[in-house]
Amino acid sequence: MDNNIRIEVKDVNFYYGKKSALQNVSMDIKKNKITAIIGPSGCGKSTLIRLFNRMNELIPNTKMEGTINLDGENIYSSKIDVVEVRRQIGMVFQKPNPFPKSIFENVAYGLRVNGIKDKKYIREKVEKSLKNAAIWEEVKNRLFDNALGLSGGQQQRLCIARALAVEPEVLLMDEPCSALDPTSTRKIEELVLDLKKKYTIVIVTHNMQQAARIADYTAFFMMGDLIEYDITDKIFTKPSKKVTEDYITGRFG
Amino acid sequence: MRKKIGQRIGFSFLFLFLLITLLSLGTIIYFIVAKGAGAISWQFLTQSPKDAMTSGGVAPAIIGTFYLILGSIAFSFPLGLACAIYLCEYSPKGYIINIIRISINNLAGVPSVVFGLFGLAVFVKFFGFGVSILSGALTLGIMVLPQIISASQEALLAVPQSYREASFALGATPWKTIKKAVIPPALPGILTGVILSVGRVAGETAPIIFTAATLYKRGYPNSIFEEVMALPYHIYGLMTEGTHPAQQKEIAYGCAFILLVLVLSISFLAIIIRQRQRRKNG
Repeated sequence: MDNNIRIEVKDVNFYYGKKSALQNVSMDIKKNKITAIIGPSGCGKSTLIRLFNRMNELIPNTKMEGTINLDGENIYSSKIDVVEVRRQIGMVFQKPNPFPKSIFENVAYGLRVNGIKDKKYIREKVEKSLKNAAIWEEVKNRLFDNALGLSGGQQQRLCIARALAVEPEVLLMDEPCSALDPTSTRKIEELVLDLKKKYTIVIVTHNMQQAARIADYTAFFMMGDLIEYDITDKIFTKPSKKVTEDYITGRFG
Repeated sequence: MRKKIGQRIGFSFLFLFLLITLLSLGTIIYFIVAKGAGAISWQFLTQSPKDAMTSGGVAPAIIGTFYLILGSIAFSFPLGLACAIYLCEYSPKGYIINIIRISINNLAGVPSVVFGLFGLAVFVKFFGFGVSILSGALTLGIMVLPQIISASQEALLAVPQSYREASFALGATPWKTIKKAVIPPALPGILTGVILSVGRVAGETAPIIFTAATLYKRGYPNSIFEEVMALPYHIYGLMTEGTHPAQQKEIAYGCAFILLVLVLSISFLAIIIRQRQRRKNG
């Protein structure tokens, strides 16, 4: 197996009830790279990354076919513990969703639910995660204030810190900047570029400039089909398919 | 301009209805306070009835009502919350669950005297608990169970799905997600259901007539298998039996006053707990 591949998607189909959302998707996600997933609304991009940490199982009446391997192991095998999968794959959602708890408790949450009780370790880990998410300086004097008092951009970085605290290998980001202003967006983008050193990042975005700015690889989806998947530069300069070109030049979508 | 007048008339009517509601509420409270407050004294609160219930205090009834509230809530709160958690968080959605939900809602509308008969048949006779605090508390507990389940369900359903997703995505098990991410923000709503239930438990007479209450008992109960005096039943007794209606009526109003204060203070306590929880949730 190629050592540079972290996630291997093989012949994946996904259905909401009878409606097909993904058809025959196969792609490899490379280690320590940023992979962007772009495409018009409803093309299945969020559905796809929510398959990587088995989040779609929370939605009733859905069906998944095919395999998804994380480091060579099929996460959909009946022997796999879904809780363990989700611990290894962190996720940041479209809308910042901190818990209605203190900033500290938000970051400590993942540690606590995974059975860590050592207070000193938790304290250090919270600080480190907040630093890694580039929000420590802004919150260090109010760690015990309610997280809902932060701005949207701060909340989203807090959610990133929360995801980092459990030391995942992969970080999934589902349109993390869609609810944020340009300044916050820039901060998150800088952060994502920085996190690439340690994590494999898959980011869904409807913002093509964002994909062009930060992603190493870009996958273009349309109506549940993977149309084109290549190095970002190539997708944005010399796409091999006509629809990709139409989309990135803004002719539709 | 005509439209505006129409609006004004409409809102005046709404205000009028509000006034009528407040007025009737105020009148009730005024009567109970005016007629009952006079009966209250240290002796009234701490002593047992004397001289065939024409003098003395109502302490055993206060204690009895307190035990019944405590017992029934201790039984129905954990059970009701557990049912609601199962129905909202674990159970597969579908036809059978819907029937269960509808049944629970209908149960809330069953007259309380029916629960009394049920308690007599099941707890007093079948389980052999006799007429006792235990039978009464269980009967009252079952009576308020639907209310607690419904309130808890609504509170759980109001918790944003994004909290659950965030928790699962961090590798939390379903149970930890419920315990740490879902119940805390739902707690104020759940407690509201409990507050309302406490009021009902304290005030209901019919369910305890056959299962727990007695008109007169010397001293205080020593175990949950003894029958007790209770405020609402004591009022009923004072107004329907005995030979000195005038004195008894005064005592009855005193009991009503205590009942009102008791329910209000329990509600107040629960509201404080709820506010503190809300502040914690932000």
